[in-house]
Amino acid sequence: MENTSKISIVNLNVAAGKTQILKNINIEIPKNKITVILGPSGCGKTTLLKCLNRLTDLYPELKVSGKVMIDGNDVLEAKEDIYQLRQHMGLLSQRPYPLPMNIYNNVAYALKLKGVKKRRDLHKQVVSYLQQANLWEEVKYRMREPASNLSIGQQQRLCLARGLAVSPDIILADEPTSALDPISSQSIEEKFVELKKDYTIVLVTHVLRQAKRIADYVVFMYLGEVIEQGTNFMIFENPKMEKTKQYLGGTFN
Amino acid sequence: MKRSRKIEEAIFKVLMVFSTYFILLILALIIYSIFEKGIKAISWEMISQIPSGGYYYGKGGGILNAILGSLSLAFGATFLAFIIGLPVALYMNVFLVQKKKLVGVIRFILDLVWGIPSIVYGAFGFSMMIFLGIQTSLLAGMLTVTLFILPIMIRSMDEILRTIPVGLMEASYSLGSNKSEVAFKIFTRQSFSGIITAILLSFGRAIGDAASVLFTAGYTDNLPNSLMEPVATLPLSIFFQLASPVPEVQNRAYASALILTLIILIVSLFSRGLGKRYHKTKINF
Amino acid sequence: MYLLNRNQRHRVNYTWMIVSLLLVASLPFLLFLGLYLKSFLLIHDYNLSDLLFSKEWKPGIGKFGFFPFIVGSIWVTLLAMLLSAPICLLTAIYVTHYTKKRFLRIMHPAIDILAGIPSVVYGVWGILVIIPFISHYLGPFFGVNTLGYSILAAALVLSIMIIPFILNILIEVFQAVPIELEEAALSLGATQWQTVKHVVIKKSLPGIIAAFGFGLARAFGETMAVLMVVGNVVKLPKSVFDPGYTLPALIANNYGEMLSIPRYDSALMFAALILLAVSLFFNLIMHFFIARYNKY
Repeated sequence: MENTSKISIVNLNVAAGKTQILKNINIEIPKNKITVILGPSGCGKTTLLKCLNRLTDLYPELKVSGKVMIDGNDVLEAKEDIYQLRQHMGLLSQRPYPLPMNIYNNVAYALKLKGVKKRRDLHKQVVSYLQQANLWEEVKYRMREPASNLSIGQQQRLCLARGLAVSPDIILADEPTSALDPISSQSIEEKFVELKKDYTIVLVTHVLRQAKRIADYVVFMYLGEVIEQGTNFMIFENPKMEKTKQYLGGTFN
Repeated sequence: MKRSRKIEEAIFKVLMVFSTYFILLILALIIYSIFEKGIKAISWEMISQIPSGGYYYGKGGGILNAILGSLSLAFGATFLAFIIGLPVALYMNVFLVQKKKLVGVIRFILDLVWGIPSIVYGAFGFSMMIFLGIQTSLLAGMLTVTLFILPIMIRSMDEILRTIPVGLMEASYSLGSNKSEVAFKIFTRQSFSGIITAILLSFGRAIGDAASVLFTAGYTDNLPNSLMEPVATLPLSIFFQLASPVPEVQNRAYASALILTLIILIVSLFSRGLGKRYHKTKINF
Repeated sequence: MYLLNRNQRHRVNYTWMIVSLLLVASLPFLLFLGLYLKSFLLIHDYNLSDLLFSKEWKPGIGKFGFFPFIVGSIWVTLLAMLLSAPICLLTAIYVTHYTKKRFLRIMHPAIDILAGIPSVVYGVWGILVIIPFISHYLGPFFGVNTLGYSILAAALVLSIMIIPFILNILIEVFQAVPIELEEAALSLGATQWQTVKHVVIKKSLPGIIAAFGFGLARAFGETMAVLMVVGNVVKLPKSVFDPGYTLPALIANNYGEMLSIPRYDSALMFAALILLAVSLFFNLIMHFFIARYNKY
């Protein structure tokens, strides 16, 4: 697994009041690979993801310390350019949250924030991102409908298109298939595998089989700590720690 | 483009901070000016005596009649609203728990009634009094204020009761309780602090409102001693004293306003304190 | 120990609940019926549009034109909303999106106290502070000679009174916006303010409009505080510095003499009926509005 790392997390600690949510996290996330963060619910996976694009700012009660280096720049240090910084990362959350706009504007809004102004450019790019997310064929005649009219699976793909539209180089996905039916989940998973040649993907999940299917690199977390990390093969075929073995074996309490 | 956006953000941020502190400042200003004016005129005589002969021309006496009148009117109305309101709130949340639509309609009606201005209740109370041939009296005022605070009482209790999980109800049924036992024994206990808050909120409304008692309760310089006699109320006593051209009487109006404000503040303080204290008896889910 | 056995007690409780519920549910209809019957004499003898749009108010000679009061009420209400709405909106955004949660713990009691202060006390405060402010500073500043008792004074006092009411609803409305939606916008690179402007406000627009609608209805019926500072002069106001008269003030001010002049009591009950109708109408519209747009 020797590869240049895209994100390196160094001594990351997050606390809410007296409760420590993340303890001394050190992770190297490789470029153009799918890194899966695995663990039971409540282990701090989602918080970790939110540290990467500083959505922790929304929760003033959280205290974050340590370093999150992306391409050598510390995200946690950034002050002025945090908004542009977030555009390097597309976010896909547990449930789709389309913006309160029509389908077209959901993608166009991201482009406008990036500075695309001309109508023709906007249209061309919206179409292209919807195609990338495998949604275009289904929505091409209903671009002016509110996004909430779409099915959950379609909404999630719309959110993917929206996330891609900021032309990020990282995709952060927080259990993106947990609210979807098996077929929609499969199409998202396939998309991820396809996308990894252009993007670095960080996927949070608690579904073992999903992790095994698509992960290149796996980080196993428990109670706010990284228990073990390594390649797909290392973790699934040859786990070293007792906790990891238990979790993978299903004998976890 | 970038710069104008930053300026826009900065302007709105300033406006937001300004609005927020403006509201806090106004509150402080209101409290301050009521205290500052009222404290000068307040005296033991004012709270302990009824108006003497020439009170409204600046002679001695106090507003004990209005203080006691207001308290008894508000206590009575709150009590009546409670014994009508609690069953309604319980009925909505225990008996009608499966009929979401019907409960929705009832909540809707209650919200409508909540929005009706108190002067309308006053006018309605007055027309009822003529219809039934009753004079302005403590009873008439009490009944009118009861109607006025009823929606407040019910909706506040309802908001607490509706948060009780169905599981608690099912558990009680499985022990053999019938519906009204679940309502009056389990639900009232579980939401005790909320019910107290609802009662105090209604009491505050009842004691502070003038428009609904203007026609119905009348006014008198004597202490209330029967349900069928007119009764003085604090808000009205403020209003009448302020209308006097004599400066001393006007000053007493300020003092009366201070007394009323203090009562309201104490009630709201109590409702916060009691709410917290009785939270302990609640089972947390 | 108990007078009745379990089943009897259940039956008593049940009847008691049903009777109370019926009483409460019939309240709006009772109110409407009671006021309608009392104002029937007036409606029967006069043309409804004459009553609403005639400017002449001389109860002594049987002339009942409600137009000045209706116009006065509308002026005061709209002006109060105009002053209060932006302050409430900005504050609600600030306390829900720019401050720590701890700040709301200061704000909530403050709002509660503002909401709890009785109307009469607001009136006293208006006389103590707003009236001199207008007659000494604001009036002369605009070159107007005024005693202070005016449409503007009423609107100023009223705008403060409805702040807690509107603000409470707005805070609730903004808190109902899922935080994930904001995360989505922020992850696209939107700033906090852009998120508020394009997503939060848009998402909660029906709620915002409803909050203002409820506030408007509340302001329209407010009695004592307005009565104490509005001046109570029956004429069509030409500027905000003119004194005016509102419908609730009309009712409250004349209850003493209403039985001595023929049809005067009917006229006042008719004024109450208008208030009831306006209040029910606004609240109805707003409820349906929310119910309809909640789906979006």
